[in-house]
Amino acid sequence: MEILNAFFVAPFVDMGSDYIFFAEVVIAGVLTGVMYSLVALGFVLIFKASGVFNFSQGVMVLFAALTLVGLMEHGAPVWLALIGTVLVMIALAFAVEWVMLRRLVNQEEIVLFMSTIGLSFVLQGLGEMVWGSNVKALDIGIPSEPFEVGGILLNEFDLFAAASGAVLVGVLAVFFHYTRIGRALRAVADDHQAALSVGIPLRTIWIIVWSVAGMVGLVAGIMWGAKSGVQFSLSLIALKALPVLILGGFTSVPGAIVGGLIIGVGEKIAEIYWGPLFGGAIENWFAYVLALVFLLFRPQGLFGEKIIERV
Amino acid sequence: MSESPSSSQQQPAVGADRPPALLVNNIEVIYDHVILVLKGVSLEVPEGGIVALLGANGAGKTTTLKAISNLLGAERGDVTKGSIEFSGERVDRMTPNDLVRRGVIQVMEGRHCFEHLTIEENLLTGSYTRSDGRAAILNDLDMVYGYFPQLKERRNAQAGYTSGGEQQMCVIGRALMSRPKMILLDEPSMGLAPQLVEGIFETVKRLNEEEGVSFLLAEQNTDMALKYAKYGYILENGRVVLDGAAAALRQNEDVKEFYLGISASGRKSYRDTKHYKRRKRWLA
Repeated sequence: MEILNAFFVAPFVDMGSDYIFFAEVVIAGVLTGVMYSLVALGFVLIFKASGVFNFSQGVMVLFAALTLVGLMEHGAPVWLALIGTVLVMIALAFAVEWVMLRRLVNQEEIVLFMSTIGLSFVLQGLGEMVWGSNVKALDIGIPSEPFEVGGILLNEFDLFAAASGAVLVGVLAVFFHYTRIGRALRAVADDHQAALSVGIPLRTIWIIVWSVAGMVGLVAGIMWGAKSGVQFSLSLIALKALPVLILGGFTSVPGAIVGGLIIGVGEKIAEIYWGPLFGGAIENWFAYVLALVFLLFRPQGLFGEKIIERV
Repeated sequence: MSESPSSSQQQPAVGADRPPALLVNNIEVIYDHVILVLKGVSLEVPEGGIVALLGANGAGKTTTLKAISNLLGAERGDVTKGSIEFSGERVDRMTPNDLVRRGVIQVMEGRHCFEHLTIEENLLTGSYTRSDGRAAILNDLDMVYGYFPQLKERRNAQAGYTSGGEQQMCVIGRALMSRPKMILLDEPSMGLAPQLVEGIFETVKRLNEEEGVSFLLAEQNTDMALKYAKYGYILENGRVVLDGAAAALRQNEDVKEFYLGISASGRKSYRDTKHYKRRKRWLA
């Protein structure tokens, strides 16, 4: 009886009794969630357009952040470094198309998946070879002062991250729904063969989508890099994107966002209110357990289009 | 059958007054470097013509169309011999994108709509290769809605949730949005009610007459195809075994028996059926 009380009653009583603290927890969760969504978004884009689960997305985040920091260390102003990094990510997309995708047309998905694992090693090695492997601080002048609204403590940096995430998602949504290229991207995602038959060139589309994923990776890299420094472990946040994808569905952009929010908020709430019952550190594994439950009951995710047997 | 391989004075298939828009010359297609699917197919489609490509499952109809539209590459298929010309230009090494720009577009069998796009978005993807401006594209959208009023009613519906007939209309309309000179139409009757099939064929005829679009039509529904086509080729085992004007084919005893299901002498044992020897020889 006491156990039931501790698990199912007490946490909710706590939430209700100190609702300002609860609101702070939720907001902190939402803000982390947005950052997860940013990483997950890169996966979804590439998976949708080329049916490839891009294992190297996490390393692309790291690579983009490393390039940005590296350029800034060499004395480039922020805007120039940003443009330079965007160009590097576009060049990377061309290289991936030319070296990998073009040669693996119509191969099994697992072959493509393996090749992205290879790509992640190459990118990681390349990034550390060119820019060095020590931890770097990334400061592009985002303010990070805490302030209070209605008794709730907020951080300017988190708000900035959330806002830029929202803008990015908005821009992508407009791009996907109202432009010729965006429509073509969605068409390719639905049916490669039919897209080819109406004259949509797959190679161009792949380059575009890998470039876009690279830029999304850059935004994620900036946010995470500014928060926790640019270092190898940055590529491991890709692991946190996996439960987000399982929750939201691999093929859904809104799913990546909602999935990210659920994971972000869920793990914060779980940590604060249920954590003590497990001896703490729930935050590290909560997302995976949640993903496991989803896999059992709704394998296509909340918004997924179909069950994924490709990964 | 007595024709020698060297006889080169083959007459153009349909009336010498119109030059062939599409000329397929003795093509051989191999999948995965080992599987020989087309063993030398020659055919031609005149400008403004409707030509039917007939035959049973696995005869090579779809492969022929894909060889022309160059969708084979994505399936590890390869045209290893012969040539394909459109309007006097060799097109057999071009990408599908090049071909669509030149006015040849394929409508694949099995209604490959983009399921998650609305009907209207589906149609608009067809205009991907065009660069003549938004006004012209919207104008053509109205043209397509004119031919398929049903699509206009369903314009905001997700294509995946529309009926089979609507999806077939949608893919034909999508092809029209590229302003094609020739549509390679693969099995439009597949899985549709006879009434709908007739409607689709009527529209094909109208598009041919009013918009001047040529059609190369792969069909198993021989009866229907020969009603609307002017000329027909019959494929068996990757070869053209018979060809002729549609009216003549309809009268041919063997075609009647094997493809139209009309027999003069009642039921026959399958043992007695004869197979064609290849009659048509390739153009030099």
